[in-house]
Amino acid sequence: MKIRSIGYMIKEGLKNLWRNRMMSLASIGSVTAALIILGIILILILNINSLAEGVKEQFDAVQVYLEEGIDQGRIEEIGKEISQIEGIKDIKYESKQEALENMKKRWGEHGYLLEGLETNPLPNSYIVFLEDVQQSSTVVSILQGIQGVDEVKFYKDIIDKLINITNFIKMVGLVIIVILIAISIFIIGNTIKLTVAARRREINIMKYVGATNWFIRWPFLIEGSMLGLIGSALAIALIFIAYRYVYDFITTQMYVMITAYFLPVQLILDNLIVIFLILGSGIGALGSILSMRKYLKV
Amino acid sequence: MIELVNISKRYKNGVMALSNINLKIEKGEFVFLVGPSGAGKSTIVKMLLKEVAPTQGRIIIDNEDITYIHRRKVPLVRRKTGVVFQDFRLLPNKTVYENVAFAMEIVEASPKEIRRQVPMMLSMVGLSKKAKAYPEQLSGGEQQRVSIARAIVNNPPILIADEPTGNLDPDTSWEIMKLLRQINRRGTTVVMATHAKDIVDLMQQRVIALENGLVVRDEKKGGYGYEN
Ligand SMILES: Nc1ncnc2c1ncn2[C@@H]1O[C@H](COP(=O)(O)OP(=O)(O)OP(=O)(O)O)[C@@H](O)[C@H]1O
Ligand SMILES: [Mg+2]
Repeated sequence: MKIRSIGYMIKEGLKNLWRNRMMSLASIGSVTAALIILGIILILILNINSLAEGVKEQFDAVQVYLEEGIDQGRIEEIGKEISQIEGIKDIKYESKQEALENMKKRWGEHGYLLEGLETNPLPNSYIVFLEDVQQSSTVVSILQGIQGVDEVKFYKDIIDKLINITNFIKMVGLVIIVILIAISIFIIGNTIKLTVAARRREINIMKYVGATNWFIRWPFLIEGSMLGLIGSALAIALIFIAYRYVYDFITTQMYVMITAYFLPVQLILDNLIVIFLILGSGIGALGSILSMRKYLKV
Repeated sequence: MIELVNISKRYKNGVMALSNINLKIEKGEFVFLVGPSGAGKSTIVKMLLKEVAPTQGRIIIDNEDITYIHRRKVPLVRRKTGVVFQDFRLLPNKTVYENVAFAMEIVEASPKEIRRQVPMMLSMVGLSKKAKAYPEQLSGGEQQRVSIARAIVNNPPILIADEPTGNLDPDTSWEIMKLLRQINRRGTTVVMATHAKDIVDLMQQRVIALENGLVVRDEKKGGYGYEN
């Protein structure tokens, strides 16, 4: 194909797009809607993943509380037993007093509330660091079996829940997205069908004069891809505005604990832009190709 | 230039449109295809345009067997034949000039070639003054001349016309015939399917008569041969 033909085809494609602008709007709208939903799902997944990662880092430790009133010798024995368990990276002893000090620190300005305690309610404990969080359950059950161990606390539950939620969102999201994309393809296909019908005469003449198949097809393909591309650009813009708003709101209004893991706008955009543009033009191209196969006999 | 070898065509509904047609048309000939309605004239035209495939036999155009060529090569075959229809088939939203230029754009001619060739064609068909007019502003004869200009603007060796005067009055038809003859004199092979008895009788060119899908007559300088 020659360079100047490319110009001709883009011109024709845009002309088609303008000619049935109502259908073009509907097509763009459907792509935008589908991609916004996809965006929401991706944003949820990305953020939950980030949260899960962060939580994992903080809580890849298991806290082993010891029974009250066992002597120092037994405590040391327990420490040795724990460090012999397979899959343990490191182990640290935290006495009742240290635990209280740490809690005071963590509570910060509210730390004075702990001053008035008559007895220290916190137990002695070992903090056990695992090599692999995935294997925590076996380690935990071994720890529970040790004499003198009162309770084993682990935050894997939270992580598991988060992972479950992401998996659920991923599955439901995938189904919704597939349906929405199919609808978009269908609507774009219909738009192209209208264009093909409107240009039947022209296509007929082109055929007789000896235009190559692709010369005839390109403008329709361009029209479809443009619809998809405009739709995805719109979706990106809307998501950008909405996410920035929500991000600002959450980071200024809510607890630091969560907001620390909330991904910044820039990062989300970096993740979305390429996917969206490819997906948008892909949806458009697919819609027009399917439609041309059915309605454009060359 | 055109050769049909043992061509038969049976349409999907069972109609036998052509049976065992053997034809040879030399370069530079002017050939009329005549015969009653349903005889198979348009079927032959469509076959030459690769719009209809024969059930049997071979089609040779310009020394190339085009019977079973690849789909992708069909456009190249079509560039060897200009085509004119009874209903002109002009684009209503393009001017006369643009309609003719369109045929060149489609085959990716350069703008320079287009600027040179289109005015030449328009002057040949006598429509230089109407270059900026739209089809609806033209008479039937003028529209047909535009469609002829479009058919030959890319200089195809063959011009095929299916009842080009079917919608025109006798005087206008005659103008069109003179134009076709002029194009033929430049060396273009012309094949024209028609019902116009007067024209065929007056032109004294080769006449191939079809009936029920069979060639019943093939005369070097013939007449129409039927009473209309
Ligand atoms: N697409 C088709 N499907 C089925 N039958 C067809 C088709 N096209 C033409 N026919 C049949 O084939 C036969 C030849 O048709 P064709 O159009 O070639 O005739 P013709 O000589 O051009 O007639 P006319 O002078 O009326 O234009 C007719 O019987 C017609 O009904
Ligand atoms: Mg006919």
